[in-house]
Amino acid sequence: MLSIYWKEVNSFFSSLIAYMVIAVFLIMTGLFMWVFTETNILDYNYATLEQLFSIAPLVFLFLIPAVTMSTFAEENQKGTIEFLSTKPITDFQIVMGKYLANFTLVLFALLPTLIYYYSVHALGSPPGNLDSGGILGSYIGLTLLAAVFVAIGMWSSSITNNQIVAFIVGAFLCFFFHWAFSFLAKLPIFTGSLDSFINKLGINYHYSSISRGVLDTRDIVYFISMITVFMLATLTSLSWRKA
Amino acid sequence: MSLSVQSITKEYGTQKAVNDLSFNVSGGTIMGFLGPNGAGKSTTMKMVSCYISPTSGTAEVCGYDIHKNPLDVRKHIGYLPENNPLYLDMYVKEYLQFVAGIHRINKKANRVSDLIEMTGLGKEQHKLIGALSKGYRQRVGLAQAMIHNPEVLILDEPTSGLDMNQLVDIRNLITELGKEKTVILSTHIMQEVQAMCDRVIIINNGSLIADDPIEKLADRISGEQIITINLLNNDVSLAVLENIPGVTQVKNTKDGIVISSDAKSDIRKNVFEQAVASGWVIIEMKKEEISVEDVFQKLTKETTNA
Repeated sequence: MLSIYWKEVNSFFSSLIAYMVIAVFLIMTGLFMWVFTETNILDYNYATLEQLFSIAPLVFLFLIPAVTMSTFAEENQKGTIEFLSTKPITDFQIVMGKYLANFTLVLFALLPTLIYYYSVHALGSPPGNLDSGGILGSYIGLTLLAAVFVAIGMWSSSITNNQIVAFIVGAFLCFFFHWAFSFLAKLPIFTGSLDSFINKLGINYHYSSISRGVLDTRDIVYFISMITVFMLATLTSLSWRKA
Repeated sequence: MSLSVQSITKEYGTQKAVNDLSFNVSGGTIMGFLGPNGAGKSTTMKMVSCYISPTSGTAEVCGYDIHKNPLDVRKHIGYLPENNPLYLDMYVKEYLQFVAGIHRINKKANRVSDLIEMTGLGKEQHKLIGALSKGYRQRVGLAQAMIHNPEVLILDEPTSGLDMNQLVDIRNLITELGKEKTVILSTHIMQEVQAMCDRVIIINNGSLIADDPIEKLADRISGEQIITINLLNNDVSLAVLENIPGVTQVKNTKDGIVISSDAKSDIRKNVFEQAVASGWVIIEMKKEEISVEDVFQKLTKETTNA
């Protein structure tokens, strides 16, 4: 598993992929936080990282499927999956190694945003006047959200040998699980009956809940089960090749 | 017994890619796996190396069952898939180290440099795999398959697309390996089978049609001998040749006098003695070898028509 992990991480960092992902993520979140007039923190007059945590899921929605689209689709297309799966490693080790590698890359994109935290911390009046607990919660929420997106992206990559298909399916599913449920819950037919249940199916509900700085086990369980479901689906679609 | 395939069958929908195939191979054998395209060679190899599961039947590699102990099977085989899939964006050495890591080989660096030397990749070891020519990629594929020193090597068309020199190198390497290991290789090239293999299995439409040591394969098609002689002057009466025991037909063609015989023993001696007795001067005599190619064509045609 570690061999797969290091191989994947190496291939990210020895090609342009890793640097592009990190750069695009930082530029987009940076623009929204510090430059764009509507949202920038300097004109906003509150010491908060709200902008980062509201824009980051949107950026991840495109970036994570772009990172994960090649995970299995490329192996399927080039036939290297045949090489990998005739080596003495289990499918679980292959999936887990690749998952952790993809997740590591996303963490590397997220890590430099700690500088934003420091900046806002220093700019506060008096310095340090910001809700650190809430920000910690938001970081945990964002990390878990990214972890779910990676699992979704890897599954969509495992069902095809075309990377573009993998990207589109992945991006759509990320969108669907993140936002669609909260909009669906607002449909008149669900009002007063199923609306809160449907809302809770979406990632957005649990993400906002954690962002308040409260680590609720229900939210954690939701994220872990989403990851597990998509990992199991990935394992299943890998085992289909044997039939 | 290092490899034993027991009535293995693979169905795709209603089509049987491999149909009730059984064979055994013991150590130190190079076995040629022959068959026309679509005969089920690759499918069989994929099943033995645990890439796809058979619909029914099983196989054992070094005593490990492909259903019960797939990981042990994979530890004991080296598999070179058809078309040799490689990570083109990796460096040769990096790639081999990665494979060594998957196999959890101790002293990775030593093993990798041994293999680089063995497969003659010394000059290319710091290049990207994508930058290598087909012959060198094939060597990387072979190195990858041999890295854990497996007892059984399964090579799916290891020599396809190589030029003559590369062909000879790879063949020598495989012959060398076959001295102690079990090598199963599939190929379309018949000379290759004659040059390297100890044993040949021919399949067609997923079924076994021949399983013989290479020398015995020729006996499968009628024991006909064909001898062509050229005399200083071919304008002679052929009746005396027809009297030689076993000779069925004598023809005077533009290539010389063609003598067909169904005798079990070599009739060249009799032909020579007859020529001397008649006062003829033989300037050329050759026996037509029945090649694996002929056997292959004849056997596969028979089963396709049947």
